[in-house]
Amino acid sequence: MSDLPKPEDFAPKTYRPGSTDWMDVPAEIRKGIACYAGNPKSLEAVGLPNPRTWSCFDEDWQLPENWQQIIHEGFKERLEKFRSFKVFMDICVRCGACADKCHFFIGTGDPKNMPVLRAELIRSVYRNDFTKVGKILGRLGGARPMTIDVLKEWWSYLFQCTECRRCSVFCPYGIDTAEITMMGRELLNLLGLNIDWIATPVANCNRTGNHLGIQPHAFKDMLDFFVDDIEEITGIHVDPQYNKVGADILFITPSGDVFADPGTYTCMGYLLLFHFLKEKYGLDVTWSTYASEGGNFGSFTSHEMMKRLNAKMYREAQRLGVKWIIGGECGHMWRVITQYMDTMNGPADFMETPVNPITGTRFEHAKSTKMIHITEFTADLIKHGKLDLDPGRNDNLRVTFHDSCNPSRGMGLLEEPRYVIKNVCNEFYDMPANTIREQTFCCGSGSGLNAGEDMELRMAGGMPRANAVKYVHEKHDVNTLATICAIDRAALPDLMSYWVPEVEVYGVHEMVGNALIMPNEQERTTDLRGEPLPGMEEADE
Amino acid sequence: MNAKYMYSFLAVLALFFLAYLGVRVPGLPVVFGILLPYAAVIIFIIGVGNRIMGWARSAVPFRITTTCGQQKSLSWIEQNKIDNPSSKGAVIVRMLLEVLCFRSLFRNTRIKMKEGPKLTYHLEIFLWIGALAFHYAFLVTILRHLRLFTEPVPYLIRLLETVDSFFRLEILYDVVQIGLPGVFISGFVLLAAAVYLFLRRLFIPQVKYISLAADYFPLFLIMGIAFTGIFMRYFSKVNVAAAKELAMGLVTFSPHIPESSISGVFYAHLLFVCVLLAYFPFSKLMHMGGIFLSPTRNLPGNTREVRHINPWNYPVKVHSYEAYEDDFREKMIEAGLPVVKQPAETAPEEKE
Repeated sequence: MSDLPKPEDFAPKTYRPGSTDWMDVPAEIRKGIACYAGNPKSLEAVGLPNPRTWSCFDEDWQLPENWQQIIHEGFKERLEKFRSFKVFMDICVRCGACADKCHFFIGTGDPKNMPVLRAELIRSVYRNDFTKVGKILGRLGGARPMTIDVLKEWWSYLFQCTECRRCSVFCPYGIDTAEITMMGRELLNLLGLNIDWIATPVANCNRTGNHLGIQPHAFKDMLDFFVDDIEEITGIHVDPQYNKVGADILFITPSGDVFADPGTYTCMGYLLLFHFLKEKYGLDVTWSTYASEGGNFGSFTSHEMMKRLNAKMYREAQRLGVKWIIGGECGHMWRVITQYMDTMNGPADFMETPVNPITGTRFEHAKSTKMIHITEFTADLIKHGKLDLDPGRNDNLRVTFHDSCNPSRGMGLLEEPRYVIKNVCNEFYDMPANTIREQTFCCGSGSGLNAGEDMELRMAGGMPRANAVKYVHEKHDVNTLATICAIDRAALPDLMSYWVPEVEVYGVHEMVGNALIMPNEQERTTDLRGEPLPGMEEADE
Repeated sequence: MNAKYMYSFLAVLALFFLAYLGVRVPGLPVVFGILLPYAAVIIFIIGVGNRIMGWARSAVPFRITTTCGQQKSLSWIEQNKIDNPSSKGAVIVRMLLEVLCFRSLFRNTRIKMKEGPKLTYHLEIFLWIGALAFHYAFLVTILRHLRLFTEPVPYLIRLLETVDSFFRLEILYDVVQIGLPGVFISGFVLLAAAVYLFLRRLFIPQVKYISLAADYFPLFLIMGIAFTGIFMRYFSKVNVAAAKELAMGLVTFSPHIPESSISGVFYAHLLFVCVLLAYFPFSKLMHMGGIFLSPTRNLPGNTREVRHINPWNYPVKVHSYEAYEDDFREKMIEAGLPVVKQPAETAPEEKE
């Protein structure tokens, strides 16, 4: 990040596009914005087309001979398979309402990051290949043939979209750029055009069950570390179960929570919560090393890859014979679970409608997927007074909440996490209304763009989010950004350290873990990060 | 000079003169007054039908509702039933608000970037107002024109006219008596809104950048329709009786050109309408039909409760648990993780 300009000089100087027609401006693929190409070994491992070593900075992208035909036929197939795609290609009136709704446009000022123009990159080819008017009028009709420059432009801008769907909220026809980006990325994948930050997690997830490639024994090792840390902090030895046949509930969370700070503290929160419930109410939860990934980078590749990776959740649930599933804090994972999983890999009729055995609550709204979100579960427990909480232990934290894109606009999970936060923390301040809930801004690193090499893009895309955090930081002295997404927990610390360094990133269940009073615990002096609890600063010394 | 709107403007201008001058050629009024209107209507009906059937033929594999409010979950959390509908009825309400009130467009904001950088968001309501004015004025104008196609004129159409023309401009002195016929607000609003929508394409840099000839052309065409209409009603005083005779002939399938002549402006007006009808199915104007088929708006967000069926769902290759265990069995056993098969059962040759 050292080569980035200072934050105060970072904002675009102007949002006024240049005078050259956009079709005559070639994409500039450059360091800081572009992500590295997919590793051929990863592509081979899951059978993705055209594995080879290539670089987006090269002139020659080593495409198959008939690449134009592949794109054309792939396009045609998807127009038939997805009404969304076909309708979205046809009905845009270019009113421009979406233009300044995209975090990448706000952050970069690049006109091709206006959602309407991102879609026009593809629409122009659609008109040329599939509409009469486009064929007759050509460029005057907004049509252009598919050339190598157009392809490179697609690649560049389809990997400058995080599929956050904010533009779709404002579109009078509900045109969803995420859907268009997903189709575009599927087409690119037919030619072996991917980025490594997506392709390698996909290959890892296929083999080891999680994006990070953590093998089963290592997965258990990592959780054992947290078990030790928890014992040190609380004096309680939690005892997670793995791959247990006959358990009541399967728990699946993104592997980021197991792997890297600060997600690991969220993971410790889950462990404490499940141990508390086991001790007090006999709740029988198992983890799985086979289905050890909540997230789904397949969904950033193609619908087929999404389905292949997601299938493990139901398969493992069936193999273990659990009654239902709890899913951890993750963003795009919940888009997949909410809008794709049951359709793709259901029906899950080998399970039961989720019923919280402790409160008796039937989660009717999840009676078909048989999977509930951990904040739905925890909110229900808190509402029924089943948790012993000391929110004072989080009094060092002045909290705001970042609604993750997918749970907001692909699900509507807005109140549950807020309810949990307000019960485990005393100081909570929402960001301004234009930047939260269904209008929330992306972290700038979603949909597989949280690589290291595109840091400039990430800091630009995250600027609107960071700006809103800065606002509550300055107004209410907020020092904690709570999230329910593993990519957020991986990406927002970088974003905060660049834009608002005084703010730290927390998972909601980390704060639950801090506040939860375990049966027979020792007096805690530190939180899960090993920082002194409020009033314990001296004891720590 | 921007070719995109210049070409569009010139095309509309050419259409005007084509009709205005063309009807002076003997025999051509039949083309402009009868053949083209029939052809345009046929193209419109078949074209729109084809387009909608084309969309309908494509599958809806997933329910990708854009949720814009709290989901239905725990009983004590209030659901936003309209913006995150979980029933068909609520979807209908959401769609009605979208189609009749342009609800999503109402959310529109505009960013401002200040030093710092500091971002602020401002209410941007003009596009919403302009769009509403444009569409409703157009609707009223079209309905009003039914007076020319019906005999007797239905009560509702006459009522609409009365409401639309509540505004009157009359000077009634003993010496001077000037008056316009009742001023139809809708026509002027339509023209003004179309001009506004054009000007914002011209002067908002981002909107100018994304605009295509296909965005200017229908606007010019509609401005032409409104302008010629207003001109005929208030200034050139078109022969309304003859216009109605022509229109009635068309709808009763006994088409004929009236004996008393109708002005060239009328034929230009009519040609504009014909071109708009024929152009409609091949253009972005199809958003009128498309909005009803937009999967992010017309589906309930209850995918966790009711399974959505994908008609082309096909089996895919999944890395099975068995294959996974085969891959990692030794390590799993060493770590104390349960395994289904013991090593002896699977790979005895490895044991010595």
